[in-house]
Amino acid sequence: MAPLRLDLSLPLRSFDLELALEVGRETVALVGPSGAGKTSVLRAVAGLARPSRGTISCGDVWFDSARGVDRRPEQRSVGFVFQEYALFPHLSVQQNVTFGAGRSDGLLRRLRIEHLAGARPGELSGGERQRVALARALAREPRVLLLDEPMAALDPHTRGSVRGELHDLLRELGLPALLVTHDFEDAAALADRVGVLVEGRLRQLAPPAELLGSPADPFVAEFAGANVLSGLAEAGPDGLTRLRLEDGRAVYSTDAAHGRASLVVYPWDVSLARETPDDSALNHLPGEIVSLVPVGNRVRVRLPFLTAEITAASAERLGLRAGESVVASFKATQARLLVGAD
Amino acid sequence: MRPLFAVVLAAATAIALAFLLLPVVAIFVRVPPGDLVGALGHDVTRDALLVSIKTSAIAHAAVLLVGTPAAYLLARRRFRGRGAVLTLIELPLVLPPAVAGIALFAAFGRMGLLGDELNAFGVQIPFTQAAVVLAVAFVESPFYFRGAIAAFEAVDGSLIDAARTLGAGPARVFARVALPLAAGGLAAASALALARGLGEFGATIIFAGNLQGVTQTMPLAIYAQFEQDFDTALAISALFIVVGALLLVTLKLYGWLRLGSIFRSRFAASTSS
Repeated sequence: MAPLRLDLSLPLRSFDLELALEVGRETVALVGPSGAGKTSVLRAVAGLARPSRGTISCGDVWFDSARGVDRRPEQRSVGFVFQEYALFPHLSVQQNVTFGAGRSDGLLRRLRIEHLAGARPGELSGGERQRVALARALAREPRVLLLDEPMAALDPHTRGSVRGELHDLLRELGLPALLVTHDFEDAAALADRVGVLVEGRLRQLAPPAELLGSPADPFVAEFAGANVLSGLAEAGPDGLTRLRLEDGRAVYSTDAAHGRASLVVYPWDVSLARETPDDSALNHLPGEIVSLVPVGNRVRVRLPFLTAEITAASAERLGLRAGESVVASFKATQARLLVGAD
Repeated sequence: MRPLFAVVLAAATAIALAFLLLPVVAIFVRVPPGDLVGALGHDVTRDALLVSIKTSAIAHAAVLLVGTPAAYLLARRRFRGRGAVLTLIELPLVLPPAVAGIALFAAFGRMGLLGDELNAFGVQIPFTQAAVVLAVAFVESPFYFRGAIAAFEAVDGSLIDAARTLGAGPARVFARVALPLAAGGLAAASALALARGLGEFGATIIFAGNLQGVTQTMPLAIYAQFEQDFDTALAISALFIVVGALLLVTLKLYGWLRLGSIFRSRFAASTSS
């Protein structure tokens, strides 16, 4: 199976997108804020947008500005799952799937939509629509699968299970797949490698665990869901680094740094208590709870300066309410320091 | 204040409705249904009806055949001067029909812009049925263009993109995605244009004349009979109202049926699952 190779420059409204990427038999997710040019990358690969220069190939050359090659979308081999799925509303599920190719039986069975073959897209749930869109994209046996925000049109409670199914399908297919999302959790759950795209530039491309463990810059860390505290780093006691925050408080990290720096700590590494605990953690920051948001069996507790993620059971045991004072704690070993702030 | 305002609104609505309906009702009060059928037997009425049907059918077919692909192009492509083209297409809408008739003369008349070329082929257009067809097509086409461009613009661009990534070339995308999805809007635009074409008077009488059995369409027959036989003029007018009402009802019914089928399929889906 040929890898998808692209190296291109694409003029967008307020900046030029520059991207070089090779996708083998894996799923690569491009994440970033909206307007970062993520969808434009997919459109360029599909032939729906024209780069100003560069090359795109997957087995054959699809685009090469130097040699004047620019294959039309219908002459490339991409399976495109559009945002909101773009199913043909006037055709049945079966007709949608066979629009580009003659057969559909195996695919309908594989995606468990056989019983919907005669239905119109307007009658389907979000999860069913996604499966029809996938079946339609795969019907022509494309060389590469492109997915634009495949989870965005789903309601929160079906999201988890649909994500699991999509993950398994992508693994089974073994196709080069390029996925675009603004949600880091979706990207981390679905992709082998995640690229953070900001204003048309790839800030970091790495497996999800590596992005979380050693983010290249504060923006990547924040996008990955981390708390980012900025301040001035200096040598502290016991070989630790002390970071003086703008409000005068200090936090400690085992990482070395000096000067302007950002401290990165993930919400799930932050614990909460009513009183400052006498434990091994070096960092204790008191504050009032701004909000409590349940996420499945966890609760995201937002304080003015950082967010903690604790189990729903713990939140209940502590009897947490918005407006109450708590102490947030995290260990110096869990605090990463990145030199240079936003 | 509120009750007074409510009364003002109700009164305005009543006046508007009465003003629009009174003349229509008056025609049917003056023409008993039996006379209406009888008037259809008159030579003048029958000839005018045949001329109208023939010329309108040809003109309308031409407008649909040329206008549909042109509207698709104008709706989907963005190019320099597109705004100017769209404005030019709508020009006949704001022209008095008499001006349209003179303009057609200036273009296709014996002394007109294309006069020499047409003479060379021995083709003479003014005062023939071809002139009626041209006049009707000229005045009705902007109505179709406007509606058809809007209908194609309303088709979600991502559906077009999806069809292309599924291997469909431009012609297949047009036939299988754009055309079926724009069908409702195209039908509405087509009906509106057809009604305008059937009612065309000014450009026809100037460019094609008023010759019974040749260029005398129904509106021209009404004008001709107005002075000779007022009852026949009334009967033809009544026929027009019936045809117009049928066109309107068909359009509304079509929209209503489409909505109905969507609701029914939703309902079926929710009860079967």
